[in-house]
Amino acid sequence: MTSMPKPFIDKHLPKNELGLTVRNYEGVMSTLCAGCGHDSVTAALVQAFWELGLAPESAAKVSGIGCSSKTTAYFMGQSHGINCVHGRMPSVATGANAVNGDLHYIGISGDGDSLSIGFGQFAHAIRRNLNMLYIIENNGVYGLTKGQFSASADIGSTTKKGVPNEQTPIDPCIQALTLGAGFVARAFSGDKSQLVPLVKAALKHKGFAMIDVISPCVTFNDHAGSTKSYAHTYKYYHPLVHTDFVAHAEEITGQYAEDGAMRVTLHDGGELRLRKTDSDYDPRDKAQAIETLMINDGGGEIRTGLLYLNEDMPDMHAANKLPQTPLNQLPYEALNPGKAALASLQKRYR
Amino acid sequence: MKPTDTRDPDYYHKVVDCQWACPAHTPVPEYIRLIAQGKFTEAYLVNRRSNVFPGILGRVCDRPCEPACRRGRVEEEPVAICRLKRVAADNRDEVSHLVPQKPAQTNGKKIALVGAGPASLTVANDLAPLGYECTVFEAHHRPGGLMISNIPSFRLPEEVLDEEIGYIEKMGVEIKLNSRIESLKGLMDEGYDAVFIGSGAPKGKDLKIEGRDEADANIHIGIDWLESVAFEHVEKIGKRVLIIGVGNTAMDCCRTSLRLGADDVKVMARKPRQFFKASPWELEDAEDENVEIIVNHSPKRFVVEDGKLTGMEFELMEYELDADGEITETRKAGTKIIPCDDVILAIGQENAFPWIERDLGIEFDKWGVPLVDETTHASTLPGVFFGGDSAFGPKNIIWAVEHGHQAAISIHKHCEGEALDERLPRGVNLASAKMGVNEWMYSNSYDGSHRRDMPLVELQERLSNRKMEVELGFDAERIATEVQRCLNCDVQTVFEAPLCKECDACLDICPVDCLAIVPDGEEDALRASLRVPATNKEQALYVSAPLKDTGRVMIKDENLCLHCGLCAERCPTAAWDMQDADIFIPHVDNEAGKVAAE
Repeated sequence: MTSMPKPFIDKHLPKNELGLTVRNYEGVMSTLCAGCGHDSVTAALVQAFWELGLAPESAAKVSGIGCSSKTTAYFMGQSHGINCVHGRMPSVATGANAVNGDLHYIGISGDGDSLSIGFGQFAHAIRRNLNMLYIIENNGVYGLTKGQFSASADIGSTTKKGVPNEQTPIDPCIQALTLGAGFVARAFSGDKSQLVPLVKAALKHKGFAMIDVISPCVTFNDHAGSTKSYAHTYKYYHPLVHTDFVAHAEEITGQYAEDGAMRVTLHDGGELRLRKTDSDYDPRDKAQAIETLMINDGGGEIRTGLLYLNEDMPDMHAANKLPQTPLNQLPYEALNPGKAALASLQKRYR
Repeated sequence: MKPTDTRDPDYYHKVVDCQWACPAHTPVPEYIRLIAQGKFTEAYLVNRRSNVFPGILGRVCDRPCEPACRRGRVEEEPVAICRLKRVAADNRDEVSHLVPQKPAQTNGKKIALVGAGPASLTVANDLAPLGYECTVFEAHHRPGGLMISNIPSFRLPEEVLDEEIGYIEKMGVEIKLNSRIESLKGLMDEGYDAVFIGSGAPKGKDLKIEGRDEADANIHIGIDWLESVAFEHVEKIGKRVLIIGVGNTAMDCCRTSLRLGADDVKVMARKPRQFFKASPWELEDAEDENVEIIVNHSPKRFVVEDGKLTGMEFELMEYELDADGEITETRKAGTKIIPCDDVILAIGQENAFPWIERDLGIEFDKWGVPLVDETTHASTLPGVFFGGDSAFGPKNIIWAVEHGHQAAISIHKHCEGEALDERLPRGVNLASAKMGVNEWMYSNSYDGSHRRDMPLVELQERLSNRKMEVELGFDAERIATEVQRCLNCDVQTVFEAPLCKECDACLDICPVDCLAIVPDGEEDALRASLRVPATNKEQALYVSAPLKDTGRVMIKDENLCLHCGLCAERCPTAAWDMQDADIFIPHVDNEAGKVAAE
């Protein structure tokens, strides 16, 4: 961490359509270790939300416990938010989403919070297709408790003292694909040119959008034996597809260039342009996505980008026919239909 | 791009914008830190080493440092560098035993210096402690040159001048007053080893238009008139005064007029305000005293009735400007007579050397300006050197001082029989500013306070006394606030490419977005790749060696860097470090291989 907050100077910066500079999307001073990947993820989120022109009051930040879960404090200081029980963020997000579907839900979790203590919660939030951006800041260790292996540690990856991990890792992307997520991506904290558009696309995806971000633990897992170090990730980094998010697709159809990009229109009218950087990868093909990740297991390459996208799935609100109006905007009479209505309801269970 | 060579002493020097802009390269952040620590005497001596007259310059310097100050790019106003210089001078202890001293014995070399202005005095200041016997010849009865004759006492009190000139006299320098040199040949015949000419640009320009001769009694040449006021030959002026010209001399003339009885003073400018030569703060000071500045009036004739000046007629000018603000078309739109009792001409001044025989071997150009080498200050006659306004035309005190430093080196080399152009190079010495985890030897936090203003004597009171200093100096609150506004640009961000693991921590924490890790490319492409494109090309772009994991390069736009050190605090491998850059500016004592006494 630094000795002081970042000085607030923004006269040199451009403003978005809300009249805000990128600095207006920052939060309090980070207390993470100097060089932590999570701080870079935070910076990417700040950049993406500024570029989207997201109104800070339209967002709700949710997180559990861990180094990763601290980071919700470091961006959008003017948004709603809760830092809840370890591994229980998906349930809190589900509840919040059920009563107010208008907000943008931004969940930040880690490999411990999502793949160990909160694994069940993680799975069921995907099954429900909760409309949220779900980021896993994945570093392969429990940083907050001084560097034990987490469930995402690769076989053969060592601790700082050289002890290798022998347990099978959980790959959150494979899990998300098999559980039915409609937006699955992998990214790296060291590449904002990939992460920022992915965050924008994920936030605009209607349904559960997960980005597994390799975010090195600079203190406990950034050594020569680690497979989640900066050096290792740079060495084996392999983007399969490059994603650009273009807001308001109708404005850009006129300049439809034959650049070979796949185009996917999102629910709100935005468009994703997916450029293959690999020979033959189509993120709309779930079987190929799973195959690619499974084959990759042990092969060394870290395949990143938007791995899978399906825009045609009903989210939790739609599937459960939840009211479109947030409960806090419903009149008292609608929220509390009265004694007679209660009696009539109870009668059905007698 | 080629990786930036930060061993070039000019690279980090340029980052210290104020020091780079100062002709004498005063280490500004260093003395401001000393003031912040309450070390006023040390701050004064650091100043004196570079600019010789901190008390004088702390009041009347042209301040090339302030427009250059990085703070002015980060927020609205630069650091009040000049005011802080005066703070050091105002609050210091006795320094007469700390400045360079008279040597135990001289080296037998005799140097003549013509004119006791800042240039000659600087030469003497540099050479006398090394043993040179310096004799300064001054035409007037007081030393100081234009500092005493042209800068009014309400801006620069005589005591301040006397004290700082006194230090130089005490080094064994002889100042011969009332000794106008009428012949350079005569002077050279007296057997000096070298002659330095620092006689200024003493000839004020005249305005030969209709009515000039008839109205002569009420038309005054600005610099001559200021001199007559300073030496108390003139004590009053008419009620209505017109000043022709808008340089700093014009500002001194209008404000002096107010103190000699005028109550309606107008400064007449031929062009619009953006073309004025006067420093913005001098214009403000004049307007603060209710001087009216009138633009687009070009002098046509002096109006004379019954042999007496009654006014001046002006042509009313109209200008067309292009997008760059250059004048593309000029029109005259009638004339106007403005009544007045006196006119002061402040439209420039020239060198004049009627006392230099043209057959001595000193070459002059067609305007009568001597040919002087810009580095060595040598004329075409070996052993004769020029500096100050007499060398390259009117500049200012701080330039005169720098000329003096450079001429002193040349005079020493001339006397030693060394080549004048083989001079010590500048240098830079870097030392880590790290004192512990996130602790630095400077205050790295950013203080958002705005520039403190100078408290002034009430208008009525100051106009009643020509010698009353208008500016009161900074009080404790102003000092404490202003010193924290300095960004410590001399504490440099130094990058070690092999240590970088490309975690982006520095990029993310930088409060002014001046860093990026990008694929190498041409300078324009690199400048455009920053989040805030580096459009200010006057400021360098740092480019590192290729980084080990990706081969990309770290780039840094020096333009807005706050020197807050957050990149270094956030760096997990200390690839970024904050290092104090001590810029070495050689003076003659370095050339002579002697350690300076101060």
